[in-house]
Amino acid sequence: MKVPLTWLEDYVTLNLHHADLAHRLTMAGNEVGSIDVVGEFWDHVYVGYVESIAPHPNADRLRLATVNLSDEEITVVCGAPNIEKGQKIAFAKVGANLYDSRSGTQQILKSARIRGIESEGMVCSALELGLGDDHGGILVLPDHSEIGVPLAEILGDVIFDLELTPNRPDCFSVLGIAREVSALTSVEVNEPIISYDQGPDESASISVEIVNSDLCPRYTASVIEGVKVEPSPYWLQDRLIKAGQRPINNVVDVTNYVMLEYGQPLHAFDLNNLRGGRVIVRPAEDGEKFETLDGTIHTLQSPMLVIGDAERSIGLAGVMGGLNTEMKDSTTNVLLESANFDPINTRRTSQALRIRTEASSRFEKGLQPELAPIALRRAIDLIIQCAGGKVKGGVVDIYPQPQDRPTLVFSMDRLHKVLGMDVSKAQVDKILSALGFKLHWTGDIETKVTVPYWRSDISQHDDLVEEVARIIGYDEIPTTTLSTGIPPYRTQPSRELREQVRDALVKCGMQETISYPLTTLASLDMTSNMEGHPDPLRLVHPMSNDLEYLRTSLRGSLISTLATNQRHDDGGFRIFEVGRVYIPRKNDLPIEKEMAVGLVSGFRVSGDWLSTAETFDFFDAKGILETFMELLNIEVTFEPVDQYMFVAGRSAELLLNGKAIGVIGEVDSKVLDSFEIELSPVTLFELDLDMLLEIMPDREMKYIPLSRYPGAFQDLSVVLDSDISASRIQDVIERREIVISSKLFDIYQGDGVPEGKKSLTYRVLFQLTDRTLTGNEINSVRAEILNDLSKELGAHLRG
Amino acid sequence: MSADNILNRLSELKVDAIQSLKGIDNAEALDSWRVDYLGRRGELTQILRGLSGLDNENRRNVGSLANRIKSDLEQSFSEHQQLLKDQESTNSSLFDVTLPGRSIDMGRLHPTTQIVREICDAFVSMGFQIAEGPEVEWDRYNFEMLNIPKDHPARDMWDTLWIDYKDENGDNPMLLRTHTSPMQIRIMEDTEPPIRVVIPGKCYRYEATDATHEWHFYQVEGLAVGEGITFADMKGTLFEFARILFGADRKVRFRVDYFPFVEPGAEMAIDCFVCKGSGCRVCKNSGWIEIMGAGMVNPKVLEGVGYDSSKYTGFAFGMGPERIAMLKYGIDDIRLFYSNDMRFLRQF
Repeated sequence: MKVPLTWLEDYVTLNLHHADLAHRLTMAGNEVGSIDVVGEFWDHVYVGYVESIAPHPNADRLRLATVNLSDEEITVVCGAPNIEKGQKIAFAKVGANLYDSRSGTQQILKSARIRGIESEGMVCSALELGLGDDHGGILVLPDHSEIGVPLAEILGDVIFDLELTPNRPDCFSVLGIAREVSALTSVEVNEPIISYDQGPDESASISVEIVNSDLCPRYTASVIEGVKVEPSPYWLQDRLIKAGQRPINNVVDVTNYVMLEYGQPLHAFDLNNLRGGRVIVRPAEDGEKFETLDGTIHTLQSPMLVIGDAERSIGLAGVMGGLNTEMKDSTTNVLLESANFDPINTRRTSQALRIRTEASSRFEKGLQPELAPIALRRAIDLIIQCAGGKVKGGVVDIYPQPQDRPTLVFSMDRLHKVLGMDVSKAQVDKILSALGFKLHWTGDIETKVTVPYWRSDISQHDDLVEEVARIIGYDEIPTTTLSTGIPPYRTQPSRELREQVRDALVKCGMQETISYPLTTLASLDMTSNMEGHPDPLRLVHPMSNDLEYLRTSLRGSLISTLATNQRHDDGGFRIFEVGRVYIPRKNDLPIEKEMAVGLVSGFRVSGDWLSTAETFDFFDAKGILETFMELLNIEVTFEPVDQYMFVAGRSAELLLNGKAIGVIGEVDSKVLDSFEIELSPVTLFELDLDMLLEIMPDREMKYIPLSRYPGAFQDLSVVLDSDISASRIQDVIERREIVISSKLFDIYQGDGVPEGKKSLTYRVLFQLTDRTLTGNEINSVRAEILNDLSKELGAHLRG
Repeated sequence: MSADNILNRLSELKVDAIQSLKGIDNAEALDSWRVDYLGRRGELTQILRGLSGLDNENRRNVGSLANRIKSDLEQSFSEHQQLLKDQESTNSSLFDVTLPGRSIDMGRLHPTTQIVREICDAFVSMGFQIAEGPEVEWDRYNFEMLNIPKDHPARDMWDTLWIDYKDENGDNPMLLRTHTSPMQIRIMEDTEPPIRVVIPGKCYRYEATDATHEWHFYQVEGLAVGEGITFADMKGTLFEFARILFGADRKVRFRVDYFPFVEPGAEMAIDCFVCKGSGCRVCKNSGWIEIMGAGMVNPKVLEGVGYDSSKYTGFAFGMGPERIAMLKYGIDDIRLFYSNDMRFLRQF
C-alpha cells in the first residue's frame, strides 16, 4: 500500500521527519518497505509558462520555446511534440539533476548548442523528473500552478510503500495509517468532514434485497442522477497516481479514492443499464456465466455471491463489477454501492475464479459493516464535487442483523503477566483511547473496552496487550532471563544416532550433501525396485516435472549429486546424504524413515606428484563402511546378495544380528547411463538408520584390558575353491579364543595354484591375556584351524 | 652361554645392528641387513629359539629383552626402508621443502548441518531440548491449530505444496509443512508444561527460487511454555542467543510483526555485525538485520491443545538457518545450499 505523505497530512499533522516517522510505523507493525522522495533532486527545476513557440531555424522537428519564469524569460530548444503556447511546464535550469533515459543515470544539465542555437535549460518530461516512465512529451502542469515557484513545492512528495500484515485491513487505507500516526505521535486525527447526511426518502427509485445476509451483512447504495463523466480534477488524479492507481474517470476515480482513504471498496454501476429498478444480492446459480469488467467470462457456482438486477447478474460481489453495467463516458445516472461481504466467501470466490482485486483483498481480511455507509456518504460528496449530479432517494441501507460493537474486559494484572513489565493505568488509558478504544474503568485493575469499528483484528484480551506494547515500543520492555523450571531431559535416540552417523561418515573422509526430497518417478524407478510397493506420494501442483514425487529412496539423489559435480571436478568423490524417505501409508501420513546413503567414485588420489592416480573401487567404499561400523562400535557381516541397480555379483547386504540394515554394491552401468554419469566404477552404500536403531545392541564402549604377555604372529596360507567367500575362512580362523585377530594380506591365483582354486594368506595373531602362549599351544590351535578349514571348506595348507 | 652373557650379547647386537643400519643406502644392503639381524637364521632368532633351555626367571628376562629388541629393530628397519624410498623419489639433491605434502582427504558436514547444530547448541546451553517432527503434515497441525483457519487470508503468508491425497470430504488435508511450527502443537499435545524445546527441520513452500528464496529450506523453531513466562523473558532468551551466535557485543531490536499463532508478535533484528550499525549492503543501510520471528504463544493456541491459558504463558520463535549462515559467511545466494556443488560445500 502506497501512502503519499501529502495525502496523509489531510488527517494528521506530521511532526516527525519522514525517516523517523517510517521508523516509528515500522517498529509498531506497519513496516515501511521503501520510501520514495518525489522531487528529491529538483533543486533547479521551476514552474514555467510557455510565452511563445517559434520554429527552429535549422531543424524541422525542433522548436524554440520562450519560457517565463516570473523573474526572467529563457528561450530554449524543445523537441517535444506536445508543447504549446500558454502551458505551465516544469523548467530545468542549467545545473539541474535530471534522469537521462539513454544512460539510465542521473545527469547534471549543462548548457548546450543544439543545431546552432544556444539552449540554457530544458522543458522536462515526467521521465526526466523521475515521475514514471512517460517520455511521450513534456509534463504539463495544472493551470493554477504559480509561475516561478520550485517544482518540488507543488509536485514534491514523500511516498511510503507499506508492507502490511493481513490482520490489519484498516491499515490498507490512508486514514488507517493516519490513526496509527496519531497514536504513535500523540496528535489528533481529523477525519474527513462528510456533508451528505440524508437518510432514505420516498423518491427512491431502486429497491435492495439481500437473499443471504450471512454472505452480505450490509448493503448500502445511492442513486446519483445527472453526473458528467469526464477526467478527474488534477488533485484527484495526482493522488491516485501517487498511490499507484491509474485514473479512469471522475466517478470511478472517486470510488477508488474513497477505498484508498477508508479501506472500504465501492462500486459504481451505470443505472441506465440496471433492469427493473432492483438490486438483489444473491448466490450465483450453478454454472451461471458472467462477464466481468475486464472482459473475462467466468462460470460461477453457488455460493459465489453476485449482485443482480431484476433479470441478470451485474456484479461479482466484493470482487469485480460486470461489463453490462460498466461506467461509460456517456453515463449520466449512477448506482453507487458500498456494501459489506463475508470475508471467507469472497476469498473463496476470488481464489476459485483467480481474480484478485483491491476490493477482494480488502473484503477477505474482514471489514466491519459500520464502515459501508460512512464510505458511501463520503463518495457521494466527492462525486457531486467532481462530476456534478444530484442524489435521488437518499441512502438505501439494508442491514438485517445489526451487530453491537464488541467489548472486552482488559486487566492490568494480565498485562503485567504477559509483558513482564509495569505499565501505569494512565498510560494504558491514554494509548487505548488514542487508538479509538472506549474505556470504562471499574477500578484500578479492570476496564471494559469497546473496540472501534475499524479494528477487525481485536477479539481477545491479549490483542489489547499487543496494542499497549506496540505503542509503548517493544524496546521499552525489559530483558529478563527465564526463571521457570527446566523440563526433565528426554532422550532422542533417533536424532542422536543420526548425528553420530553424520560425524562418523565425515571422519571417514566423506562429504555431506543435502538434496531436495522431491524427484521424478523415473529416477526412483531406476534406483529401487518399486514393484509391489505403493506409489510414492505426489504433489497436487508440482512446481516442475522434476519435483513431483516424494522420494522413497535417497539413491537417485546422491547419484544426481555426482552427476552435477563430475563436470567441474576431476578429483575423487566420497559423498553422503542422511535424510528421510517417505513411505506412503493408507489414510495416514507417510512413514518418514531416516536413511544414510554414501557414494564413492573417481580418483582415490588425484594424481599429485607423490603418487599415481588410482580410482576408488568397491573396497574403498567397503573400507569406509568398516571404519564407520568401528566408530559406531557395532559389528556387521557382509553377505553376497544380488540387488536392484547393482552389478551382478558385486553387491552385499550388511547384516547386524542376522538382520539386513543396508547394502553396498557397484552401480550398474545402465543406471549410470541414465544419470549421465561418466565415472566408473561408482560404489554406493545405503543404511537404514531406523532399522539400525531398532536392532543395535547397547552401544556402550567397553575397555578391553591390554595383554601383558607377548603375542605371536603366524602366517597361514590356504588353497581352496575360488568361489568360497573370504569371510567364511576368516570366521573359521577367528572362532578360536586365542586368535586375537587375522588379517588377509594376500590373494593369489596362478602358478602353483590349481585351476579353479585360490590361495589366501592370513597373518594371524595368537595371544592370551593371562600368560604367555607356548609354541606347542599355538601349533595345536593352528592344526585345529587347518582341520576345520579342510572339513568345512575343503581348504588345505599351501605347500 | 649364561643368561647374563646372553643379555650382554643382546645389547651388543642391538648397538651393532643400529650402527650398521645407519650406513645402508640401498635396498639390497638393507635386505641383507634384515636377513642378518631379523632373519630366521639370524642370531636374535636363534636366541629366542633357545629360550626353552633357560629356567623360568631367565627365560622371562631374556625373552622380554629379546622381543623388545626384535620389535625395535623391526621398527628401525621399516623406518629406514621408508627413508630409502623417500630419498629415491625425492633424490636428495631435489629435496624441496616447498613441495606440497601428501594430502589427507577429509570429509565435512554440510553448512546447514553445522549452523543448525550451532543454533541448537546455543539453546541447549539455556536448558532447551531438541525435538523433531514429520515433514509431511496435516492441515490441522500446520495451520488450523496454529490459529490459521481455512480460507483465512493469513494463509497467503505460506504458499503450500499439497499432497495428492483426498479425505472423505474431497479436501486435500495433507501437505509438506510450510514451517516447523506444527511441532509446537504436537509437543504441547504430548507434554505438560514446563516446556523448553527447539525444533530443527526441513520446510517447504511453493515458491519460485532466486538468490534469497528457496522452496526447500530449514527452520529452527523454539517454544517455551510454563507459569510466569513473559515477553521480557523472551527478549532476554533471544538476546542471549544472539550474543552466543553473533558475538557478545551484539545488540538486538524487537519490532511488532504478525503471526497468527503468537500475540503479541515480534520480529527480532540484530545490529549489523558487518558495519556495526553504520549502514552497509548486508543490512541494506539500516544498521539492523532481521533474523527471526517471535512472540507470546497465542492464548487461542494454548486453549486449542487443552492448556489453561490463564495459568500458562509462553513464547515461540522461528528462524531460517540458511539466512543465518548466509549472514555469518557472506553467502550471497541461497540456492548454493542444496545444489550440492562440491566447490561450495568444501568451503565449510
